Formats: sequence, structure tokens, C-alpha cells
Amino acid sequence: MNKTPYLPEDATILKITPMTERETLFEIELENGNTLGHQPGQFVEVSVPGVGEAPISISSSPTKDGNSFELCVRAVGNVTNILHGLKEGDNIGIRGPYGTGFPVDELKGKDVLFIAGGLGIAPLRSFINYALDKRDEFANVKILYGCREPCELLYEEEIDGWKERDDIEYLETVDRCPEGVCWEGNIGVITTLIPGIDIDLENTYAVICGPPIMYKFVLMELDKKNIPDERIILSLERHMKCGLGKCGHCQINGSNAEYYVCQDGPVFNYADIKGFEEAL
Amino acid sequence: MKIIKKDDLDSFVDYLIGSDPREVVGVKERGSKYAFDKLKSSKELRLDYDVTILPPKKYLLPQRETLLKFKSNDKIKTEPVNEVNGRIIVGVHPYDLIAIEQMDRIFSEEPEDPNYLKKREATVLIGVNMKNTSERCFAGSMKTAFTQDGYDLMLTDLGGKYAVEIGTEKGKELLKKSGVALADAGEEDKKMIEEKKRSLTFESKINFEPSDLPELMKSNYDNDKFWEENADNCYSCGTCNLVCPTCYCFDVKDLMEVTLKEGSRIRQWDGCLLEHFAEVAGGENFREERAQRYRHRYMRKGLYLHNRFEDIACVGCGRCSSQCVPDIADPAEIFNKLKEGKI
Repeated sequence: MNKTPYLPEDATILKITPMTERETLFEIELENGNTLGHQPGQFVEVSVPGVGEAPISISSSPTKDGNSFELCVRAVGNVTNILHGLKEGDNIGIRGPYGTGFPVDELKGKDVLFIAGGLGIAPLRSFINYALDKRDEFANVKILYGCREPCELLYEEEIDGWKERDDIEYLETVDRCPEGVCWEGNIGVITTLIPGIDIDLENTYAVICGPPIMYKFVLMELDKKNIPDERIILSLERHMKCGLGKCGHCQINGSNAEYYVCQDGPVFNYADIKGFEEAL
Repeated sequence: MKIIKKDDLDSFVDYLIGSDPREVVGVKERGSKYAFDKLKSSKELRLDYDVTILPPKKYLLPQRETLLKFKSNDKIKTEPVNEVNGRIIVGVHPYDLIAIEQMDRIFSEEPEDPNYLKKREATVLIGVNMKNTSERCFAGSMKTAFTQDGYDLMLTDLGGKYAVEIGTEKGKELLKKSGVALADAGEEDKKMIEEKKRSLTFESKINFEPSDLPELMKSNYDNDKFWEENADNCYSCGTCNLVCPTCYCFDVKDLMEVTLKEGSRIRQWDGCLLEHFAEVAGGENFREERAQRYRHRYMRKGLYLHNRFEDIACVGCGRCSSQCVPDIADPAEIFNKLKEGKI
């Protein structure tokens, strides 16, 4: 009880990689030299003393080489905007990892269909790279990734690598392409990619992350594909202030159960939150 | 059970104020109302109060408390802070004692919250059975008007003297150390206590067993019309949250000194009725509608915390209803209307 769970670990920003106008990838290492010890899908509270804390999902797989981990951060609030002004070598604080990760063990031997919308690729990448590093442990791997415009696509170089692999299927789309921008890929919202894919109904898990509006339509498409709710996994965004299941900000409720997203999530099985008015 | 004369109780309180290293707080008059505040003398203590403006949770989960301190030289140093101030709280009503027991369960659930628990450990609770009840109090029907535990000492006014029930070793030690004169309670005294308890009346009540609440709330989750109608005049001000002895939600934020060399991370009371409570950075708000937030509070009280801790998280103190400006936050009224199937 003496050690306060509110005290962040000291950490250093090793590398900063700007990705789009709004998103930057931060490679971070704890100063004590330990690995973060996370599961794909977990999150950390990133602390900038004097500014505050923000919950950010971990974007790297625990299978990544070295002790560091990565966070893909959109500049959208106080903490994230300040983060974007920091330099390599600067210090920040890290609490966590918190929450449930993706059920990687449950999905072993299964076909995995990843569906990412926008910044949703950030948490999903922790699992995608895990599955790619342990490729033998999973059956077919398909990745669908959609953004609003080509300039918003994240991890472009890494994704070029995914495109070249013949042991996974990768499909991408943009909602629209402004005039004068070169784009040879698909144009249309992410749901337009779903009807065309082959799914082994007995063996497929869909793992989704994206903005709330995307869930609504993706879930409708998956329903048309007859994927059972129990085999749909999703990750929810909330503003967890404490990460300890206490502050109340991330609580979601239905008439039958309630969850603290920071402890019971952020990863949920769709069957457990289906119909929850406050979930999606 | 012991008996202490009124004068001796005053001496006991004055002894605590004068000799105990801990801060002694108790219920004092504040304008036409009552509030827990630091006692300078037993004369200030009003054990006949009906209800205080704020519950004693303010001592265990302060409105604002520091969690960390930052100091910036070459490198920023972060130190944990736990502002523990040993405290004796005199005059806590049973419903507030029950609320504190609920908070104990919440903050000791893993992962434990040392900022609450250390303060709780350093606190002595001297309860008092209600002599007067406030207009909106419905503790009687919530079964929170009396309690057998949750106190170190418990007082009951018997007119010119008080019965003292000893709840813990901590309470026993406190009496012993003070050397205050105590007599053993006789059969007459015990009868008188029962009589006092029986004669306590409440102007407000729920018309059913509180144990029916979880099921009642569950079956009315989707009663949109009810929540919308009743939330129609809600200002989303969060007063009901702030004055509630069982509301514990908080915000965490950083404050910097003007020098920008030092700062702190604090937590402060927050409220689920406030508009931005469930909003995320991108602007999505998961309880955007007033009715959703209004419902959330009642669900927390009657259902959610029951699911988690088996507690009915409304203790019937009536603070929310008496302090709600548009007067739409009376749990007794809401619970009764739901039970009767009214809007």
C-alpha cells in the first residue's frame, strides 16, 4: 500500500517519427531498463509533468526487438499536443501497462481478420505485428485498413512490407481522394472491402479498432457475413483518468452488466457488450 | 455499553482538542445549516444537527488532493505525495458511517488506493445517532438510520447524558487515555436507547424494501421516457454528485506554480452529471444526453455499485435533493415513481 499506483516510471523518448500532420510515432524506453511487459492491446498512461496524463494504446508488439515500445499519438488534447513538441532524449512518465489485451492465446490456430479504421491501426498494430512475428501460430491473416484520405495513412513503410508478404492478405481503402493526389488503391469506406473477402465461418475471428461510427457499420457487414458475435473482438477508446478502475470516467453500462474499460477492457468480446447503449 | 454525562462528554471533546495530536473536527453551525469543521471547543459541537452540507467524505477523499509533486531543475523530479492528516471526526450520523464503509470497499479493491486508505487509517470516527432528521432524509426506509459497525465510538443522546458504544480498540483506547468518567449502562439506559430509536421519524421514505432496488433499476434502464422527463429540468451542474456521501468519481490533472519550476498532479471531485464526464479527446461523448447522465447516477446508486460491491449506494441522507436547485434529484421520489410505474 505504500507504493502509489499514481507514480509514473521515468521513461525516455528514444525516437520520434512524424507520420502524418497529426500523428507521430514515439519509441520509448523505461529508464530502469526493464521491458514494459505488455500484451498486445493494452494501454499506458503517458505523463508529461505539469501538463497531465493521457491514456494511449501501445502500438508495438511485445515481440519487437529491444526493450523499447512504441506509441502512435494523435495531437488532439493537452498532453498529446505537448508530446508532439518534445524531442528525442526528452523524459516522460509512463504508468501501466493497463487493461486487458487482445486474447492472443484464444486466437491461436484461427483465421484472423483485422479491420482498422484511421488511428485504430495503432492498437491493432500491436497484435498484427505479434501475429506476423509468430506467423505459424495463426492460420490465415487478413488486414483491412481504411482512412479518410491517403495523407492520413499511418505506418506506410511498414505496410509496404505487409503488401509484399505472401502469407497475409492486405487490403486498404480511403473514403475519398482529393484531386491531384496520387492514389491507385480502392476508394470507398472500409465496409466496402468486407463483402469481397472470403471468410472461413468456422474458424475466423474479426479484430476491430476504429472510431465509434466505424464500429456500427463494420458490425453490420460482419453480421451479413454471419460471423458470430463471440468471434468479434474490439478495442474501445475512453478517457481513463486513473487506469485503476476507480475514477469512473471509463465506465460503460448496459442493462445487464457494466465495465470499467481501463480494467475490464479496452479489449472486449463483442458478445459481452452488444446492445450496450454507452459502448459504441 | 457505557454512559457518559453531557458535561463529561464536553470535557472528553475538549481533552481531545487540547491534548490529542490529531486534528479534531465535528459538526458546527454554519449560517442556518451545519457543517463538519475544525473544533476549537466542545461548545461549538452540535450533536443535535439534522444533516451537514457536505458529508465527512471530504476528509477521506478531499475536494482536491495532491498525488504527486514535480520539481524541475535539469531534469524533472517526481515525488509521490499522500497528505495524511490524523483526524478525529466527531458526530458522524449512521448513514454517513455506512457511506464511508462503502468507500473503504471501493478504495481497498485491487489495485488499492493508498491516498484514500492511509487517510482512512489515520481517522477516528465518533458517530452519533440522529436526534433530528432533515426534511429530505429517508434513511429510515433505506435501513441506514442505524448501524452496528463502521464507528470507533458511537454516541446516543439520552438527555443530559450519552450512551457510548465502543466499536473498536481504537475507540476504547481513546476513552481510556482521556480518563473520562464512564458508568456502565443499565437496563433502563438500554431501554431508553431503543425508545429513542423507535421514536425517530422521517418525513421522506421509499415505499418498498431497499433490497428491491437493483432489480427495479435494471428493469427501468430502457425506460427512456422516464429518464428524459425527469432529467428535463436538470442543469447538469453536478451538485448532487458533490454532496453525495457515496459519490467518489474524480478527475486527475496537473497544476503548475507560476515559476513553472514546480507543480503538482492533483485529483479532485468530478461528477457524472457534468456534461464532459464521459468525453474523449477527439470529442466523442459517450453520455452526451442529459437523460443518460441523469440515469447513470441513479443506476450507480441502485444497481451498478450493488453489482460490484453488493452495496446500495444511496444511504438516504437527502443531501442531493435538498441542494438540487431545480429540485429534480430526490432519490426517494424517483425510486417510488419507478416502483409505481409512474413517469
